[in-house]
Amino acid sequence: MKSKKNFDWKTLLLGNKSYLLVAFITIVTGVLVGVGVITKRTPIITPDLLTQIAYTMIMVVSLNLVVGFLGELSLGHAGFMYIGAYVAGLTLYYTHSLIPFGLLRFLIAMLLGGLAAMLFGFIVGLPALRLRGDYLAIVTLAFGEIVRGVLKNITVGDMIKNPAVGFNIKDLTTSYSKYLFLIAFILVIVTIFCVQNIAKSKHGRAITAIKDNEIAARSMGVNITYYKLIVFAIAAFFAGVAGAIFANYTTVAPAIFDYNYSIEFLVMVVLGGMGSVFGSLISSIIIVFLNVQLRSLLTGNLAGLKNLVYALILIIMMIINASPKFVTLREKMNWSYVKSKLQSKKEKS
Amino acid sequence: MSIISTLINGLSMGAVYALIALGYTMVYGIAKMLNFAHGDVIMVGSYVLFVFTMKSIKNPFLAILLAILFCVILGVLVECIAYRPLRGAPSLAVLITAIGVSFLLQSVAQLIFTVTPKQVTMFQFNSIEFNGLTIKTESIITLVVGMIVMIALTVFVNKSKTGRAMLAVSEDRGAAQLMGINVNRTIVITFAIGSALAAVASVFMLFIAPVTDPTLGAMPGIKAFVAAVLGGIGSIPGAMIGGVILGIVEQFALKYEFLASYSDAIVFAILILVLLVKPSGILGKKRHEKV
Amino acid sequence: MSFDEKLYENCPLDAEGNQLVLKADHLCIQFGGLKAVDDLNLSIKKGELYGLIGPNGAGKTTAFNILTGVYKPTSGRFFLCGKDLTGKAPLEINRSGIARTFQNIRLFNNLTVLENVMVGLGNQIECSMLQSMLRLPRHFKTESEFRRRAMELLEVFGLAEFADYLAQNLPYGKQRKLEIARAMATNPTLLLLDEPAAGMNPNETQELMDVISFIRQHFGITILLIEHDMRLVAGICERLTVLNFGTELAKGKTADVLNDPEVIKAYIGE
Repeated sequence: MKSKKNFDWKTLLLGNKSYLLVAFITIVTGVLVGVGVITKRTPIITPDLLTQIAYTMIMVVSLNLVVGFLGELSLGHAGFMYIGAYVAGLTLYYTHSLIPFGLLRFLIAMLLGGLAAMLFGFIVGLPALRLRGDYLAIVTLAFGEIVRGVLKNITVGDMIKNPAVGFNIKDLTTSYSKYLFLIAFILVIVTIFCVQNIAKSKHGRAITAIKDNEIAARSMGVNITYYKLIVFAIAAFFAGVAGAIFANYTTVAPAIFDYNYSIEFLVMVVLGGMGSVFGSLISSIIIVFLNVQLRSLLTGNLAGLKNLVYALILIIMMIINASPKFVTLREKMNWSYVKSKLQSKKEKS
Repeated sequence: MSIISTLINGLSMGAVYALIALGYTMVYGIAKMLNFAHGDVIMVGSYVLFVFTMKSIKNPFLAILLAILFCVILGVLVECIAYRPLRGAPSLAVLITAIGVSFLLQSVAQLIFTVTPKQVTMFQFNSIEFNGLTIKTESIITLVVGMIVMIALTVFVNKSKTGRAMLAVSEDRGAAQLMGINVNRTIVITFAIGSALAAVASVFMLFIAPVTDPTLGAMPGIKAFVAAVLGGIGSIPGAMIGGVILGIVEQFALKYEFLASYSDAIVFAILILVLLVKPSGILGKKRHEKV
Repeated sequence: MSFDEKLYENCPLDAEGNQLVLKADHLCIQFGGLKAVDDLNLSIKKGELYGLIGPNGAGKTTAFNILTGVYKPTSGRFFLCGKDLTGKAPLEINRSGIARTFQNIRLFNNLTVLENVMVGLGNQIECSMLQSMLRLPRHFKTESEFRRRAMELLEVFGLAEFADYLAQNLPYGKQRKLEIARAMATNPTLLLLDEPAAGMNPNETQELMDVISFIRQHFGITILLIEHDMRLVAGICERLTVLNFGTELAKGKTADVLNDPEVIKAYIGE
């Protein structure tokens, strides 16, 4: 806890590496796309890649709120994203002739997608009140599968004639599609803003208290019901927002938002560090970048290689980070420990 | 009449779920963890069967024995390498590791055998005609063998010294340790038994559809977990009852066209419903958290 | 944190006209065939320091778990200042004014000492999730309020210099003190202390006794305490109830109870 008695917005925004990172990316890529250095045909970095990084960041940061801060495992985060993408897609499709401004359409669709996902997040949060850990993880997994199982069977008018194949509304987004990634990165900043502000507040303390010791938290007057529900709902809202961006950019199909996709976000949370927003951002960049760059390489049977790496990340990170056998190792790797050692050395000399 | 044949199909599918659910429930009861990779052991077993019935020795009985042996070794290795270091760690960490192991097994299988489904035909069965009713022989075999295995397991757990040690560890690990029970050894044995049951389940899975691919075990694994929860996790008879109920419900859902494409969703809805209404399941015990 | 008389106006009175902060009537709880607590009756006067003692497994902590809503009693009722709290959830019981510490320390290890206390203050300082999320002025006002009040409490308990330590890095004796400080932060009428001196050396125990005496005077609070350390019990408790196998073995003034041959038998054996 740093003592910041007198608050100013400058330290809030500029004293924080997460904002700096995303702002830097947004400005640099915005300028580069603006002057035409980055185009669809640029090698390595394209606007599409940037969009993917942005919505992945939103997914991972919001999942981190549930996994890292609250300490519950959600295996259905892709399901919330799917709901967001679906509702946003429907909204965009049916408001296309009603609302003339593309950006306004996008904002409305995004809000509706987020709210729809939030509603489901609330519903999924309900079992979280009675179930702990393992059971809840399965419920969230089941939720994601139910969403897919239901939506893959529903046709919607002219828009979704073949639900298994999904829908694509890219043609309706031409007025802003060139700068979609910029909107997406601004939404990343909004997400970071909200998540970090919750984490560093009365509510963040209550959430950490629940994670550390639920029984003690309850006895200290922390309203566990409220916090579990609201954390699930907020995380789902942002997943829905990410889904809305997704729907603007490519085809939305039930096959995409499966359990493996949820795990992919989990891998990024674990790689970046549970409870670390900055870590989530970095791991999103690394994994999305590698995914896209290696896509042509890792096709067919080599696609297994990607999952192999994911699997090893999960297992190794968990054993190093959580095994009681590595306590001393973790202490030595901890930066604050190193700093305190250095300080005590300085004081001695 | 078709209701009876659906019922028999459901019972035999239920026996398969029950076999898998037993692995979940025993590991959950004794090691207090959800072994997410349990379903993927079935997949590994099916590939062992594929190699030894279709490629090399070509003797299905020997292949089944080898599959059991291989799965047992795998289960024990996974427990010793991945799960044991996390004993005493938060359950979230253990669960994430188990998901990692599940991904690991699937991706290794994909790298070795590719995603193309592989044909595995072990035996040729004829259907039995009875009063105008067609019953698949493999359903009957599944049902009978499944019941024998489950009875044997129940007897083993309740009567043998090792079985009682397992019960003791599941009740209170610390106290069991103080009574001279080797907890690590007991947990390893539990994983070995669970994996052996999964290997047997893989044989039956191939009876139902004689093809395998790297995700063969994923869905049945999760469904079997649903069965274990339905019956009450930690309870051996509960896993059997849960498995049978789930198998029958699923087969009936598949029978009706308008429900068939929702069959997975129905299974998961059952799970959520059970967990909300009676989280301890049909036969599970309610546990008090010690304060 | 005041001597708010209004709080006590609904308290039932005992024969001598004292206000009873906690009144428990015939509390029983059964787990399977085991009666862990059988017919427990407590009448604790305002401002009193009451002891609950007994051999291991006598049902003391179970009684605490009933009084804090962790377990629901099989039968019997209990009242805080006349308000029936039987079977209520821990959250509501805490908000009604009962706070506790735990036998095996349960701090929030990933929060600092200061933040641990701030969690306890959460029920008194209102700031909605949206206000915090959007960093509205209310957030900053309440945060400084949180900090000020938490520091005040830490100073009372002599923990102010450790405010920025992670709770898990505190030495054992200080962790126990922090648990009491955190419980006090919820502004209770009745404080339940579950073996506060367990594992402490004589110096630490003495220090703890001083702190307990001090918070009684400073906050005018009523305390119910479980303890094995007879020196501490004899030193600060005014009255005692002795539990054995879930039933009341003896109750009354501390000195009388400790000299009761039945009690000595239960503790030391025949």
